[in-house]
Amino acid sequence: MGSVGAKDVPQLLDANGKRIDGRGLEELRPLKIEAGVLTRANGSAYVEWGENKVMAAVYGPREVHPRHMQENTKAVVQCRYNMASFSVDERKKPGLDRRSQEISKVISEAFESVLFVEEYPRTSIGIYIEILQANAGTRCAGIVAASVALADAGIPMSDLVPAIAVGKVGGKLAVDLRKEEDNYGEADMPMALVPKSGRLVLLQMEGHMTAPEMAQALEMGVRGCQQVYEVQKDALKRRYAIQRPTEAV
Amino acid sequence: MEEQREGRRPRREGRRPDHHRHHDRRPDHRSEHRGGPPSPASHGTGPELTNERILVLPGDEIDARGLNPGYGTYREGGKVFASVMGIVSLRPPIARVIPFSGPYVPTVGDMVIAIVMDVGPTYWLVDLRASHYAPLHHSGTPWKIEYGECGEYLRPGDSIVVQIEGIDPTSRIMVTMNGDGLGKLSGGILQMVSPTKVPRIIGKAGSMIKMIQQYTGVKVVVGQNGRIWLDGSPEGILKARKALQIIDVEGQRHGLTDHIKLFLEGKEDG
Amino acid sequence: MTNEVTTEILATHVMELAKSGKRLDGRALDEYRPVKITPGYVTSADGSALVELGDTKVLCGVKLEPGTPYADTPNAGTLTTNAEVVPLSSPDYEPGPPSPAAVELSRVVDRAIRAAETIDLKELVVTPGEKCWTCFVDIHILDDCGNLIDAALLAAAAALKNAVLPAKRFEVGEDSPLKVHHIPIETTFVRLGDAIVVDPTSEEEGTTQGRLTIATDETGNVVAMQKGKVGAFSPQDVVSLVDRALAHGNRLRTLLPGGNHP
Repeated sequence: MGSVGAKDVPQLLDANGKRIDGRGLEELRPLKIEAGVLTRANGSAYVEWGENKVMAAVYGPREVHPRHMQENTKAVVQCRYNMASFSVDERKKPGLDRRSQEISKVISEAFESVLFVEEYPRTSIGIYIEILQANAGTRCAGIVAASVALADAGIPMSDLVPAIAVGKVGGKLAVDLRKEEDNYGEADMPMALVPKSGRLVLLQMEGHMTAPEMAQALEMGVRGCQQVYEVQKDALKRRYAIQRPTEAV
Repeated sequence: MEEQREGRRPRREGRRPDHHRHHDRRPDHRSEHRGGPPSPASHGTGPELTNERILVLPGDEIDARGLNPGYGTYREGGKVFASVMGIVSLRPPIARVIPFSGPYVPTVGDMVIAIVMDVGPTYWLVDLRASHYAPLHHSGTPWKIEYGECGEYLRPGDSIVVQIEGIDPTSRIMVTMNGDGLGKLSGGILQMVSPTKVPRIIGKAGSMIKMIQQYTGVKVVVGQNGRIWLDGSPEGILKARKALQIIDVEGQRHGLTDHIKLFLEGKEDG
Repeated sequence: MTNEVTTEILATHVMELAKSGKRLDGRALDEYRPVKITPGYVTSADGSALVELGDTKVLCGVKLEPGTPYADTPNAGTLTTNAEVVPLSSPDYEPGPPSPAAVELSRVVDRAIRAAETIDLKELVVTPGEKCWTCFVDIHILDDCGNLIDAALLAAAAALKNAVLPAKRFEVGEDSPLKVHHIPIETTFVRLGDAIVVDPTSEEEGTTQGRLTIATDETGNVVAMQKGKVGAFSPQDVVSLVDRALAHGNRLRTLLPGGNHP
């Protein structure tokens, strides 16, 4: 949350309740997903979500390097969330800062909740997320891309994982915040959902919300995730539109 | 029966987390999964119960008709769900998903093409495109090898045809090079396809691979792990590689065999 | 899925093919893979381009920010070129500091941009000794299917040609296009036995006995070179490769936004 002088705060909601980019409170930015965009990765996906552009690749399960990192009872899920230096207005120094490290950690844990890691002891599953262009909600876009990349790689998982941020702008709850809303709004709450179980595997929050607002925000987030989920499924079906069973009967 | 098969218990709210931290840590992971390697009876032997082409994505429920969950599925709360994207196959006694992509899942008896990665005093470590390297012990070769002399027989980068001899419960894979058609490859080239596409590469009763051999004049060895060895004239190899790439990308599209035939005859572009 | 170790039989096959003037993917020895350039791919950058060279994918973003001239060059702005070889680009990535190969990639691209005087750093001075523009050329490797050097410089050149000085954002005047004076193009060759092939794939790079990169500009000058990998070239080799590099450079330059013109 940026805190700036009152005169700098743009009007986030107009008289008709429309947001700064004309959206309604529960309206998502345009979301486009393409699966299987990279040659060398085992699975990959590209996501354009509003002005976010995100590429995700998956490698594995494969041997763990360095070896001391391996676990005897399960696969190690290694997520690396990284922002390209040109992805933001002010150039970001290349490499993982503390923010990226934290996000990498919570995303790894989110995916470990749905991957059948016990099936692949002593291996690693690498999930690599590159933010090429950022406009708020990059960790959610990264999870959405990575989830499609994992399915594209054929790595067994209990469900796809959609994600979305819910926030508070101009005193109202709204889904899928864009940059100005993230900077000047009152709250931001990114979440990732496992639709089948209805459980959240990633949840962060910053700002101010009352308990009733929180309850409502969670409901809005779940509805938003359901919309994202459909786009994810559609991307995978398109990727395999010409595929047939691979069995020689 | 069903209850016994529930490998993981549902999360019980309100219990002290430290008593079953392992489960609580993965609230969405409390199911019996049959996806990973290696499950000996991952194929059913009965007739296919469905003629429908049912496409599933991870998390989709499968009408398993009481069959046991096989590869690419998991059971939760008495229901069966897909864990990978693919097509449902119901062949008693197994319900499974034939995946579109994924790692090679070793099965005992598979003939695979391995690449030597490392040499030990009495064994080599070989890459099968599985999730782990596998040791090839010197006794699994036709040679009499003295301690420490493995490197004189096979070196890193060598390609060998081996058979999966066993898989222990912790996914350690044992391979052997003793047997018909097994041994070191020399000459030719390896073309990689998705391991899940190997049955299509072979075709019904070997029809696809025979056709490729016939039109290109190349020798072919198909590893179940999706490494295909080709040897012949440069033109023949190039053509065979392209045919394999088409099959890899286009799976089992309608009329694929005819499409490949036209390509091999030079009447159609890849 | 092509994440494969180089096998001995692949190396032998690539060499035998080269002997008879052939290549693994059916290309001629002096044939470049198809190139696709998408300028302006990233709007958060002041200039950008996505380059697809066969299956190799490289994204470059240029950022221009106010800075201070170096003490020894008070009349010049500054230029920094950095290539990020991120783990999504290939299975060979190893965690830790940038690999020597990644550092070489950054420096070889940087050298060509500087030596060709692609941009005139003097034009980036606002107040001598005090205020200047800092030009960051950041290259992100997305899919490594071989010949990253050529793809990276193509992306950098296209991004620079596409860049705008964001003067308004920093309240130092009106925005204006970044002036590009010369266009360097790098052409990389690898030796496979007696044959020397252009634009190697990752399979060919795993087999090579020497790599030579030649950067040329649109005036017909050679502006930078880099010999890499184990192996060697004769002076005669180099002379003939310069001719080949000039021809490839002239053709590739026409694919950039605005074509052959700086």
